[in-house]
Amino acid sequence: MTQSVVVQVGQCGNQVGCRFWDLALREHAAVNKKGMYDEALSSFFRNVDTRVVCLLTEFKFFPFSKALLIDMEEGVVNEILQGPLRDVFDSKQLITDVSGSGNNWAVGHKIYGCQYRENIVEKLRKTAEHCDSLQCFFIIHSMGGGTGSGLGTFVLNLLEEEFPEVYRFVTSVYPSGEDDVITSPYNSVLAMKELNEHADCVLPIENESLFEIVNKIHQMINSGKLGSTVKQNSLVTSSAGSAKTQVKPFDAMNNIVANLLLNLTSSARFEGSLNMDLNEISMNLVPFPRLHYLVSSLTPLYTLADVNVPSRRLDQMFSDAFSRDHQLIQADPKHSLYLACALLVRGNVQVSDLRRNIERLKPSLQFVSWNQEGWKTGLCSVPPVGHSHSLLALANNTCVKPTFIELKDRFMKLYKKKAHLHHYLQIDGMEQSCFSEAVSSLSDLIEEYNELDATKGGPRVDPSRLKIAV
Amino acid sequence: MSIVTVQLGQCGNQIGHEVFSALCSDIRGTHGLCSKKENESYQDSCKERFFCEEESGVPVARAVLVDMEPKVISQTLSMAARSGHWKYSNHSHFCQKQGSGNNWANGYSVHGPRHKEAIMNLVQKEAEKCERLGGFLTIMSMAGGTGSGLGAFVTQCLRDAFPTSFILNHVVWPYGTGEVIVQNYNSVLTLSHLYHSSDALLVHENDVIHKICAQLMNIKQISFRDVNQVIAHQLGSVFQPAHTAGGGSGYSRNPLGDLMEALVPHPEFRMLGLRNIPQMPESSLPYSTFSWPGLIKHLRQMLIANAQMEEGIDWQVRPPHPGLHPLHKKPLHFNTSIANLVILRGKDVHSADLGSFQDPSLYTSWLNPQDAFNAWKTPRAFNKYEKSAALVSNSQFLLKPLDSIVGKAWNMFASKAYLHQYTKFGIQEEDFLDCFTTLEQVISSYTNL
Repeated sequence: MTQSVVVQVGQCGNQVGCRFWDLALREHAAVNKKGMYDEALSSFFRNVDTRVVCLLTEFKFFPFSKALLIDMEEGVVNEILQGPLRDVFDSKQLITDVSGSGNNWAVGHKIYGCQYRENIVEKLRKTAEHCDSLQCFFIIHSMGGGTGSGLGTFVLNLLEEEFPEVYRFVTSVYPSGEDDVITSPYNSVLAMKELNEHADCVLPIENESLFEIVNKIHQMINSGKLGSTVKQNSLVTSSAGSAKTQVKPFDAMNNIVANLLLNLTSSARFEGSLNMDLNEISMNLVPFPRLHYLVSSLTPLYTLADVNVPSRRLDQMFSDAFSRDHQLIQADPKHSLYLACALLVRGNVQVSDLRRNIERLKPSLQFVSWNQEGWKTGLCSVPPVGHSHSLLALANNTCVKPTFIELKDRFMKLYKKKAHLHHYLQIDGMEQSCFSEAVSSLSDLIEEYNELDATKGGPRVDPSRLKIAV
Repeated sequence: MSIVTVQLGQCGNQIGHEVFSALCSDIRGTHGLCSKKENESYQDSCKERFFCEEESGVPVARAVLVDMEPKVISQTLSMAARSGHWKYSNHSHFCQKQGSGNNWANGYSVHGPRHKEAIMNLVQKEAEKCERLGGFLTIMSMAGGTGSGLGAFVTQCLRDAFPTSFILNHVVWPYGTGEVIVQNYNSVLTLSHLYHSSDALLVHENDVIHKICAQLMNIKQISFRDVNQVIAHQLGSVFQPAHTAGGGSGYSRNPLGDLMEALVPHPEFRMLGLRNIPQMPESSLPYSTFSWPGLIKHLRQMLIANAQMEEGIDWQVRPPHPGLHPLHKKPLHFNTSIANLVILRGKDVHSADLGSFQDPSLYTSWLNPQDAFNAWKTPRAFNKYEKSAALVSNSQFLLKPLDSIVGKAWNMFASKAYLHQYTKFGIQEEDFLDCFTTLEQVISSYTNL
């Protein structure tokens, strides 16, 4: 069973991570009726002992997560350790400090990076030892702050050095234009350089999109238009069952990201007629090493209470995956160029449903000339909790370009005036060149996307084949 | 003689399981429509070929299961055991944890050498259990990483370790519209390597079987299990015991050898296509009757017109005029054959007249038509079909699909997309070029028939 370790860094990273562990436990509890440790659980959990658990009554053991929680201030991690998930983590998996990174990438990356390097490496090694076959590290962080962004990318670097053969999937929350952290463009662009060079796959997420999805769901529920009730625990935004604890403001949004990670790894954890493992995702969706930014979309966002699923609704699910309102970043893949696309379906969906929908949707999507049939598909038989089926679409699409261009623009606005620069430059190890290299790395990336876009719509000239002497 | 089956990767293991199930259910069935003696002889022959007897009395498949991740093998083993009628040995599988990531280079250059000893030990053990080893059947897909890459490596190892045994690779070609984005690269690498080590490639295309499921089997929501069951039925119709010499001298003692002799007269031409009629949902069988002349006529036209199933055959296609000068263009869409093998099973099989398949105009000129065509007739009916006819053909059947795969792979190669994924495991651009050259040669040879 391929096994993964989750490294959650910073406030955002830890809050999303917390939602992930909660949902992962519920998913496995729903599937694993006997509550015994099994292969599927070993992908994210390790078995420590067989005592009866008082809190997580679904399991007859302590399912310790394979995770590392890192934050440079204690508030968030402490909250997790006092909440219902406290038994899932043990103290050896935590690295915290007191004063935070002050929204400064350099503090996170250079100061804390240096200071905690050995500690982090040691804890990573320990966690990796619990896996008999470690395939992937998941890093969850935000780009706009100091810890998640700076220390998070430092850890990314470390992972490449210490575990070069293990895949590095990064879930990055990008700041929106109206982000309240003024220096978020600096932090993001500095972090982008690290993502460009050291990550295998990046799943960019934008808060704006998550927010819109949450609103859409609330509207649907409150408008009563649906006729029948929506199944509560089917909401992609719900913290299923945790009615006792207070629902925090970002919880709904974080649940969406947590669901993304669950669906991404479902085929590695559960059986299906066409498995899609994490290394396959990286292999098929990354045609050139630096173009590894994947736009994700999740459907359905909720299920209606009636159980029968006519295939029309199944087809609707596929159509939704390609619509703007289901994307987790503010982008429009339908009107840009696809380099590759992966569809991971869960539940009672068969290969003929997949084929039918690909045929149906293909004409409206533009694929790059050398990858006209660039579809990677996976079928996992186990649906998520509360749904009969679900679909995760991952697209390597040039529609990320505008996001990056905007980021670069916001960066340049500050940089030209040298605003707040001194906060960074006064840190040991930070120089002006760090900034110019970072923005140049971003520009190069944008340029690569531009070159691909330029091929869009042009006349297709297939290269001539090898001639064989008869 | 016994055949050892090596199931590679998810596809190979899923299909392998269906094949053994089909073989077992066929011999247990009571629809043999022949004498008791004939039926018993058939059962014994099949059991010797594919199963080995254990003390418990449950036949154990002569198979080695290989995969680089554990889920499929564990499912396959338990499904077989649950049937109660046959099972896999508990000690004949090899798996790892991480999979091959759809990366041919990973399967071939990393997993292959790393696990060669363990895998070949299992194969050796199975081979030793056979009183007489008739050869190897490998089942794999060419789109992924394990079946394709590790499969190509294992085939090479089989060739090195058993230089005088027959090796038949059953290869599954993926849907044209992507199951795996790098499937064309993986396919090109696989086919070119197999061409150097195996005796013949027996091909099934997912697109074709899917159509059979949709149009002939009337399945609404087609699953991979449905596809695999049709494939298993078609393979069963070839591999179940058959009389190869003119009637009455018992079932073939050398099935793979007979197949190769009939179909692969020249090493440049090793791609075999398979057609089997009739094909219909089991529920329709009691209401259908067939005649040998009808079946044979359809099968012949399917051969000539390169039809994928018995519906939608283009009856306009005719073989070229016998007096036609070889340099004159052959009629469009006409499928020229090198060699054909027709296997008939069922009632009154000896009354079936296959003269129409011996028409020299069906074949390329450099083989005697008597040598180019072979027929195996067996009175014992197969898998509840009162009459069934299978055609294994070394012809231009696969030319277009092969050309399409090579074309798409070349297109992608020209843009250098995904190459870094292969070079990091040791497969360089030059290796790709060698493979493209091999396949363009094969395409050219088949085109100029």
